[in-house]
Amino acid sequence: MKSRDLAYVALFAAIVAVLGLIPPVAVPGLPVPITAQTLGVMLAGSVLGAKRGGLALLVFLVLVAAGAPLLSGGRGGLSVFAGPTAGYLYSWPIAAFVIGLLTQLFWKRFNLAWALIANMIGGIVVIYAIGVPFTALYGDISLGASFTGSLTFIPGDLVKAVAASVVAVAVRRAYPVIELPGRRAAAS
Amino acid sequence: MLSLYVPGDSVVHRARAGLKLAVLAALGIGLFLVESPAAMAGALALVVVVGVTAARLPWRALAVQVRPVWLWLALLFGFHLLATDLRTGSVAVLRLLALLVAAAVVTATTRVTALVAVIEWLAAPLRVFGVRPARIGLVLAMTLRFIPLVAEKAARIREAQAARGADRIRLGMAVPLLIQVLRMATTVGEALDARGADDAPARRPRRTAAAS
Repeated sequence: MKSRDLAYVALFAAIVAVLGLIPPVAVPGLPVPITAQTLGVMLAGSVLGAKRGGLALLVFLVLVAAGAPLLSGGRGGLSVFAGPTAGYLYSWPIAAFVIGLLTQLFWKRFNLAWALIANMIGGIVVIYAIGVPFTALYGDISLGASFTGSLTFIPGDLVKAVAASVVAVAVRRAYPVIELPGRRAAAS
Repeated sequence: MLSLYVPGDSVVHRARAGLKLAVLAALGIGLFLVESPAAMAGALALVVVVGVTAARLPWRALAVQVRPVWLWLALLFGFHLLATDLRTGSVAVLRLLALLVAAAVVTATTRVTALVAVIEWLAAPLRVFGVRPARIGLVLAMTLRFIPLVAEKAARIREAQAARGADRIRLGMAVPLLIQVLRMATTVGEALDARGADDAPARRPRRTAAAS
Protein backbone atom coordinates (compact mmCIF):
# COMPACT_ATOMS: atom_id res chain seq x y z
CA MET A 1 0.00 0.00 0.00
CA LYS A 2 1.14 3.51 -0.84
CA SER A 3 1.26 6.18 1.82
CA ARG A 4 -1.65 7.82 0.02
CA ASP A 5 -3.74 4.71 0.60
CA LEU A 6 -2.75 4.72 4.27
CA ALA A 7 -3.84 8.36 4.47
CA TYR A 8 -7.25 7.47 2.97
CA VAL A 9 -7.61 4.62 5.44
CA ALA A 10 -6.77 6.96 8.34
CA LEU A 11 -9.11 9.61 6.93
CA PHE A 12 -12.15 7.36 6.86
CA ALA A 13 -11.37 5.95 10.29
CA ALA A 14 -11.37 9.58 11.44
CA ILE A 15 -14.62 10.29 9.58
CA VAL A 16 -16.35 7.41 11.37
CA ALA A 17 -15.06 8.84 14.66
CA VAL A 18 -16.33 12.35 13.85
CA LEU A 19 -19.74 10.93 12.86
CA GLY A 20 -19.86 9.53 16.40
CA LEU A 21 -19.79 13.10 17.73
CA ILE A 22 -23.04 13.98 15.93
CA PRO A 23 -25.89 13.65 18.40
CA PRO A 24 -28.51 11.06 17.37
CA VAL A 25 -31.13 12.56 15.05
CA ALA A 26 -34.77 11.95 15.89
CA VAL A 27 -36.79 11.44 12.70
CA PRO A 28 -40.56 11.88 12.92
CA GLY A 29 -42.27 8.53 12.50
CA LEU A 30 -39.24 6.44 13.44
CA PRO A 31 -39.22 4.80 16.86
CA VAL A 32 -35.45 5.01 17.37
CA PRO A 33 -33.14 7.98 16.77
CA ILE A 34 -30.57 7.53 14.01
CA THR A 35 -26.90 7.54 14.96
CA ALA A 36 -24.56 8.45 12.18
CA GLN A 37 -21.69 6.00 12.57
CA THR A 38 -22.87 3.27 10.21
CA LEU A 39 -23.17 6.02 7.61
CA GLY A 40 -19.38 6.16 7.89
CA VAL A 41 -19.17 2.40 7.36
CA MET A 42 -21.17 2.73 4.14
CA LEU A 43 -19.17 5.74 2.93
CA ALA A 44 -15.83 4.04 3.63
CA GLY A 45 -16.80 1.07 1.50
CA SER A 46 -18.40 2.97 -1.34
CA VAL A 47 -15.72 5.67 -1.59
CA LEU A 48 -12.53 3.71 -0.88
CA GLY A 49 -13.38 0.25 -2.18
CA ALA A 50 -13.10 -3.12 -0.46
CA LYS A 51 -9.57 -3.28 0.87
CA ARG A 52 -9.06 0.28 2.04
CA GLY A 53 -12.64 0.60 3.28
CA GLY A 54 -12.40 -2.54 5.39
CA LEU A 55 -9.02 -1.47 6.76
CA ALA A 56 -10.41 1.96 7.71
CA LEU A 57 -13.01 0.34 9.94
CA LEU A 58 -10.43 -2.06 11.34
CA VAL A 59 -8.24 0.91 12.28
CA PHE A 60 -11.23 2.61 13.86
CA LEU A 61 -12.02 -0.45 15.98
CA VAL A 62 -8.38 -0.82 17.01
CA LEU A 63 -8.38 2.75 18.33
CA VAL A 64 -11.67 2.14 20.15
CA ALA A 65 -10.23 -1.02 21.70
CA ALA A 66 -7.10 0.88 22.71
CA GLY A 67 -9.27 3.14 24.86
CA ALA A 68 -10.23 6.07 22.64
CA PRO A 69 -13.90 6.92 23.36
CA LEU A 70 -14.83 7.23 19.69
CA LEU A 71 -18.13 5.37 19.57
CA SER A 72 -21.26 7.51 19.63
CA GLY A 73 -22.02 8.60 23.16
CA GLY A 74 -18.30 8.66 24.00
CA ARG A 75 -18.05 4.92 24.51
CA GLY A 76 -14.81 3.06 23.98
CA GLY A 77 -12.33 0.71 25.55
CA LEU A 78 -12.23 -3.04 25.59
CA SER A 79 -15.53 -3.36 27.44
CA VAL A 80 -17.55 -2.46 24.35
CA PHE A 81 -16.05 -5.51 22.63
CA ALA A 82 -17.26 -7.69 25.47
CA GLY A 83 -20.70 -6.07 25.41
CA PRO A 84 -23.93 -7.60 24.16
CA THR A 85 -24.01 -5.64 20.91
CA ALA A 86 -20.32 -6.12 20.10
CA GLY A 87 -21.26 -8.27 17.10
CA TYR A 88 -22.44 -5.16 15.29
CA LEU A 89 -19.01 -3.59 15.86
CA TYR A 90 -17.20 -6.68 14.58
CA SER A 91 -19.40 -6.58 11.50
CA TRP A 92 -18.34 -3.06 10.48
CA PRO A 93 -15.02 -3.87 8.76
CA ILE A 94 -16.66 -6.80 6.98
CA ALA A 95 -19.60 -4.63 5.95
CA ALA A 96 -17.30 -1.92 4.57
CA PHE A 97 -15.33 -4.60 2.72
CA VAL A 98 -18.46 -6.09 1.15
CA ILE A 99 -19.81 -2.66 0.17
CA GLY A 100 -16.43 -1.86 -1.39
CA LEU A 101 -16.35 -5.14 -3.26
CA LEU A 102 -19.83 -4.58 -4.71
CA THR A 103 -19.00 -0.95 -5.53
CA GLN A 104 -15.90 -2.05 -7.44
CA LEU A 105 -17.97 -4.64 -9.23
CA PHE A 106 -20.52 -2.00 -10.29
CA TRP A 107 -17.96 0.76 -10.79
CA LYS A 108 -18.25 1.14 -14.58
CA ARG A 109 -22.02 1.62 -14.49
CA PHE A 110 -22.20 2.98 -10.93
CA ASN A 111 -25.30 5.08 -10.28
CA LEU A 112 -27.75 5.65 -7.45
CA ALA A 113 -29.45 2.28 -7.95
CA TRP A 114 -26.23 0.25 -7.88
CA ALA A 115 -24.96 2.28 -4.93
CA LEU A 116 -28.16 1.50 -3.06
CA ILE A 117 -27.83 -2.21 -3.79
CA ALA A 118 -24.23 -2.22 -2.52
CA ASN A 119 -25.06 -0.25 0.61
CA MET A 120 -28.14 -2.27 1.47
CA ILE A 121 -26.43 -5.64 1.05
CA GLY A 122 -23.20 -4.64 2.79
CA GLY A 123 -24.46 -2.00 5.18
CA ILE A 124 -27.65 -3.66 6.34
CA VAL A 125 -27.77 -7.39 5.47
CA VAL A 126 -24.16 -8.11 6.46
CA ILE A 127 -24.33 -6.08 9.68
CA TYR A 128 -27.52 -7.77 10.87
CA ALA A 129 -26.33 -11.21 9.75
CA ILE A 130 -23.43 -10.85 12.19
CA GLY A 131 -24.90 -8.67 14.93
CA VAL A 132 -28.18 -10.53 15.48
CA PRO A 133 -26.74 -14.03 16.10
CA PHE A 134 -23.96 -12.52 18.23
CA THR A 135 -26.45 -10.85 20.56
CA ALA A 136 -28.52 -14.05 20.68
CA LEU A 137 -25.54 -16.21 21.63
CA TYR A 138 -24.23 -13.67 24.08
CA GLY A 139 -27.39 -13.08 26.04
CA ASP A 140 -28.63 -16.66 25.76
CA ILE A 141 -31.79 -15.53 23.99
CA SER A 142 -33.40 -16.89 20.84
CA LEU A 143 -32.46 -15.67 17.36
CA GLY A 144 -36.02 -14.48 16.81
CA ALA A 145 -36.05 -12.36 19.96
CA SER A 146 -32.69 -10.85 19.08
CA PHE A 147 -33.91 -10.06 15.56
CA THR A 148 -37.15 -8.51 16.78
CA GLY A 149 -35.16 -6.30 19.13
CA SER A 150 -33.06 -4.99 16.26
CA LEU A 151 -35.97 -4.37 13.86
CA THR A 152 -36.52 -0.87 15.21
CA PHE A 153 -33.19 0.20 13.70
CA ILE A 154 -34.01 -0.91 10.15
CA PRO A 155 -35.88 2.26 9.06
CA GLY A 156 -32.94 4.38 10.20
CA ASP A 157 -30.52 2.12 8.36
CA LEU A 158 -32.54 2.49 5.15
CA VAL A 159 -32.37 6.28 5.47
CA LYS A 160 -28.60 6.02 5.94
CA ALA A 161 -28.19 3.69 2.93
CA VAL A 162 -29.99 6.24 0.73
CA ALA A 163 -27.89 9.11 2.12
CA ALA A 164 -24.62 7.20 1.68
CA SER A 165 -25.57 6.25 -1.89
CA VAL A 166 -26.41 9.81 -2.92
CA VAL A 167 -23.09 11.03 -1.46
CA ALA A 168 -21.09 8.16 -2.97
CA VAL A 169 -22.42 8.85 -6.47
CA ALA A 170 -21.61 12.58 -6.12
CA VAL A 171 -18.10 11.89 -4.81
CA ARG A 172 -17.44 9.43 -7.63
CA ARG A 173 -18.26 12.15 -10.12
CA ALA A 174 -16.10 14.81 -8.45
CA TYR A 175 -13.19 12.94 -6.88
CA PRO A 176 -13.11 9.23 -7.72
CA VAL A 177 -10.72 7.47 -5.37
CA ILE A 178 -11.30 3.94 -6.56
CA GLU A 179 -10.12 4.73 -10.08
CA LEU A 180 -7.59 7.41 -9.22
CA PRO A 181 -4.87 7.11 -11.88
CA GLY A 182 -2.09 4.99 -10.36
CA ARG A 183 0.88 7.06 -11.41
CA ARG A 184 3.11 5.67 -8.69
CA ALA A 185 1.85 2.15 -9.14
CA ALA A 186 2.82 2.38 -12.80
CA ALA A 187 6.21 3.89 -12.00
CA SER A 188 7.26 1.21 -9.56
CA MET B 1 -6.48 13.88 24.54
CA LEU B 2 -8.97 11.11 23.85
CA SER B 3 -8.64 8.40 26.44
CA LEU B 4 -10.37 6.40 29.12
CA TYR B 5 -7.01 5.87 30.85
CA VAL B 6 -6.83 6.72 34.56
CA PRO B 7 -3.23 7.57 35.54
CA GLY B 8 -1.72 5.60 38.41
CA ASP B 9 1.22 3.46 39.44
CA SER B 10 -0.48 0.41 40.98
CA VAL B 11 0.56 -3.17 40.32
CA VAL B 12 -2.15 -3.42 37.68
CA HIS B 13 -1.01 -0.20 35.98
CA ARG B 14 2.57 -1.46 35.86
CA ALA B 15 1.71 -4.96 34.58
CA ARG B 16 2.57 -5.49 30.94
CA ALA B 17 -0.22 -4.56 28.53
CA GLY B 18 0.17 -7.86 26.68
CA LEU B 19 -0.26 -9.81 29.92
CA LYS B 20 -3.41 -7.90 30.84
CA LEU B 21 -4.89 -8.56 27.40
CA ALA B 22 -4.01 -12.26 27.67
CA VAL B 23 -5.72 -12.52 31.08
CA LEU B 24 -8.77 -10.74 29.70
CA ALA B 25 -8.95 -13.13 26.75
CA ALA B 26 -8.60 -16.14 29.05
CA LEU B 27 -11.38 -14.80 31.29
CA GLY B 28 -13.61 -14.30 28.26
CA ILE B 29 -13.23 -17.94 27.31
CA GLY B 30 -13.23 -19.31 30.86
CA LEU B 31 -16.47 -17.66 31.99
CA PHE B 32 -18.37 -19.27 29.14
CA LEU B 33 -17.27 -22.73 30.29
CA VAL B 34 -18.90 -22.33 33.71
CA GLU B 35 -22.65 -22.28 34.34
CA SER B 36 -22.99 -21.72 38.09
CA PRO B 37 -24.37 -18.43 39.48
CA ALA B 38 -22.06 -18.62 42.51
CA ALA B 39 -18.95 -18.86 40.31
CA MET B 40 -20.16 -15.91 38.23
CA ALA B 41 -20.80 -13.81 41.33
CA GLY B 42 -17.32 -14.78 42.58
CA ALA B 43 -15.72 -13.78 39.28
CA LEU B 44 -17.55 -10.45 39.30
CA ALA B 45 -16.51 -9.77 42.91
CA LEU B 46 -12.92 -10.66 42.05
CA VAL B 47 -12.65 -8.28 39.09
CA VAL B 48 -14.30 -5.47 41.08
CA VAL B 49 -11.84 -6.05 43.96
CA VAL B 50 -8.91 -6.06 41.52
CA GLY B 51 -10.16 -2.84 39.94
CA VAL B 52 -10.94 -0.93 43.12
CA THR B 53 -8.27 -2.12 45.55
CA ALA B 54 -5.37 -3.52 43.49
CA ALA B 55 -5.61 -0.96 40.68
CA ARG B 56 -6.97 1.77 43.03
CA LEU B 57 -9.43 2.95 40.40
CA PRO B 58 -12.22 5.30 41.44
CA TRP B 59 -15.68 3.71 41.18
CA ARG B 60 -16.57 6.36 38.64
CA ALA B 61 -13.92 5.16 36.17
CA LEU B 62 -15.53 1.72 36.12
CA ALA B 63 -19.10 3.03 36.13
CA VAL B 64 -18.45 5.25 33.08
CA GLN B 65 -17.60 2.22 31.00
CA VAL B 66 -20.33 -0.07 32.29
CA ARG B 67 -23.16 2.48 32.37
CA PRO B 68 -24.07 2.33 28.65
CA VAL B 69 -25.22 -1.30 28.96
CA TRP B 70 -27.19 -1.13 32.25
CA LEU B 71 -30.50 -0.93 30.46
CA TRP B 72 -29.61 -3.79 28.16
CA LEU B 73 -28.60 -5.97 31.12
CA ALA B 74 -31.86 -5.18 32.89
CA LEU B 75 -33.86 -6.08 29.77
CA LEU B 76 -31.88 -9.28 29.37
CA PHE B 77 -32.59 -10.25 32.96
CA GLY B 78 -36.27 -9.51 32.53
CA PHE B 79 -36.37 -11.55 29.34
CA HIS B 80 -34.80 -14.54 31.10
CA LEU B 81 -37.26 -14.32 34.00
CA LEU B 82 -40.07 -14.63 31.45
CA ALA B 83 -38.51 -17.09 29.01
CA THR B 84 -36.19 -19.30 31.05
CA ASP B 85 -35.57 -19.11 34.80
CA LEU B 86 -33.85 -17.08 37.48
CA ARG B 87 -30.72 -19.22 37.46
CA THR B 88 -30.00 -18.94 33.72
CA GLY B 89 -30.79 -15.24 33.83
CA SER B 90 -28.47 -14.46 36.70
CA VAL B 91 -25.63 -16.49 35.15
CA ALA B 92 -26.00 -14.58 31.85
CA VAL B 93 -26.16 -11.15 33.50
CA LEU B 94 -23.37 -11.77 36.03
CA ARG B 95 -21.11 -13.19 33.32
CA LEU B 96 -21.56 -10.13 31.13
CA LEU B 97 -21.01 -7.78 34.07
CA ALA B 98 -17.82 -9.58 35.11
CA LEU B 99 -16.44 -9.39 31.56
CA LEU B 100 -17.41 -5.74 31.17
CA VAL B 101 -15.78 -4.73 34.46
CA ALA B 102 -12.64 -6.74 33.65
CA ALA B 103 -12.36 -5.02 30.26
CA ALA B 104 -12.99 -1.65 31.91
CA VAL B 105 -10.15 -2.32 34.39
CA VAL B 106 -7.72 -3.15 31.58
CA THR B 107 -8.74 -0.07 29.59
CA ALA B 108 -8.49 2.25 32.60
CA THR B 109 -5.03 1.00 33.63
CA THR B 110 -3.35 0.76 30.24
CA ARG B 111 -2.17 3.65 28.08
CA VAL B 112 -3.36 3.85 24.48
CA THR B 113 0.29 3.82 23.35
CA ALA B 114 0.98 0.60 25.27
CA LEU B 115 -2.00 -1.10 23.65
CA VAL B 116 -0.93 0.15 20.23
CA ALA B 117 2.51 -1.36 20.92
CA VAL B 118 0.84 -4.71 21.69
CA ILE B 119 -1.07 -4.42 18.43
CA GLU B 120 2.16 -3.79 16.53
CA TRP B 121 3.68 -6.81 18.25
CA LEU B 122 0.67 -8.97 17.43
CA ALA B 123 0.89 -7.78 13.83
CA ALA B 124 4.50 -8.92 13.49
CA PRO B 125 3.59 -12.34 12.00
CA LEU B 126 1.70 -10.48 9.26
CA ARG B 127 5.12 -9.51 7.84
CA VAL B 128 4.79 -12.72 5.85
CA PHE B 129 1.94 -11.09 3.93
CA GLY B 130 3.91 -7.90 3.39
CA VAL B 131 2.39 -5.94 6.27
CA ARG B 132 4.88 -3.75 8.08
CA PRO B 133 3.96 -3.24 11.76
CA ALA B 134 5.48 0.27 11.78
CA ARG B 135 3.00 1.31 9.07
CA ILE B 136 0.17 0.29 11.39
CA GLY B 137 1.47 2.72 14.01
CA LEU B 138 1.62 5.39 11.30
CA VAL B 139 -2.02 4.85 10.29
CA LEU B 140 -3.20 4.99 13.92
CA ALA B 141 -1.27 8.21 14.55
CA MET B 142 -2.63 9.76 11.34
CA THR B 143 -6.19 8.86 12.34
CA LEU B 144 -5.87 10.57 15.72
CA ARG B 145 -4.52 13.65 13.91
CA PHE B 146 -7.29 13.64 11.29
CA ILE B 147 -10.17 13.49 13.79
CA PRO B 148 -9.93 17.15 14.94
CA LEU B 149 -9.14 18.26 11.37
CA VAL B 150 -12.26 16.63 9.93
CA ALA B 151 -14.40 17.98 12.78
CA GLU B 152 -13.08 21.48 12.17
CA LYS B 153 -13.67 21.36 8.41
CA ALA B 154 -17.19 20.06 9.00
CA ALA B 155 -17.90 22.98 11.34
CA ARG B 156 -16.56 25.47 8.77
CA ILE B 157 -18.68 24.10 5.92
CA ARG B 158 -21.75 24.13 8.13
CA GLU B 159 -21.11 27.81 8.94
CA ALA B 160 -20.58 28.64 5.28
CA GLN B 161 -23.85 27.00 4.29
CA ALA B 162 -25.72 28.62 7.17
CA ALA B 163 -24.38 32.01 6.06
CA ARG B 164 -25.92 31.40 2.63
CA GLY B 165 -29.24 30.67 4.26
CA ALA B 166 -29.16 26.89 4.14
CA ASP B 167 -30.99 25.97 7.29
CA ARG B 168 -30.32 22.31 7.96
CA ILE B 169 -29.21 20.42 4.89
CA ARG B 170 -26.86 17.88 6.34
CA LEU B 171 -26.52 15.78 3.20
CA GLY B 172 -25.63 18.83 1.14
CA MET B 173 -22.58 19.50 3.23
CA ALA B 174 -21.28 15.95 3.08
CA VAL B 175 -20.09 16.08 -0.53
CA PRO B 176 -17.94 19.24 -0.37
CA LEU B 177 -16.61 18.09 2.99
CA LEU B 178 -15.61 14.66 1.68
CA ILE B 179 -13.92 16.15 -1.37
CA GLN B 180 -11.98 18.62 0.79
CA VAL B 181 -10.73 15.98 3.19
CA LEU B 182 -9.94 13.51 0.38
CA ARG B 183 -7.75 16.21 -1.21
CA MET B 184 -6.09 16.78 2.14
CA ALA B 185 -5.41 13.04 2.59
CA THR B 186 -3.96 12.84 -0.92
CA THR B 187 -1.58 15.69 -0.07
CA VAL B 188 -0.57 14.07 3.22
CA GLY B 189 0.09 10.76 1.48
CA GLU B 190 2.21 12.40 -1.20
CA ALA B 191 4.12 14.38 1.43
CA LEU B 192 4.87 11.15 3.30
CA ASP B 193 6.13 9.50 0.12
CA ALA B 194 8.27 12.54 -0.66
CA ARG B 195 9.91 12.17 2.76
CA GLY B 196 10.77 8.55 2.09
CA ALA B 197 7.93 6.89 3.99
CA ASP B 198 6.61 4.96 1.00
CA ASP B 199 6.46 1.25 0.58
CA ALA B 200 9.09 0.72 -2.07
CA PRO B 201 11.89 -1.22 -0.38
CA ALA B 202 14.35 -0.35 -3.14
CA ARG B 203 14.64 3.26 -2.03
CA ARG B 204 16.72 2.47 1.02
CA PRO B 205 18.66 -0.58 2.06
CA ARG B 206 16.45 -2.52 4.42
CA ARG B 207 17.35 -2.20 8.06
CA THR B 208 18.32 -5.41 9.79
CA ALA B 209 16.02 -6.85 12.42
CA ALA B 210 18.60 -6.05 15.11
CA ALA B 211 18.37 -2.33 14.41
CA SER B 212 14.74 -2.16 15.47
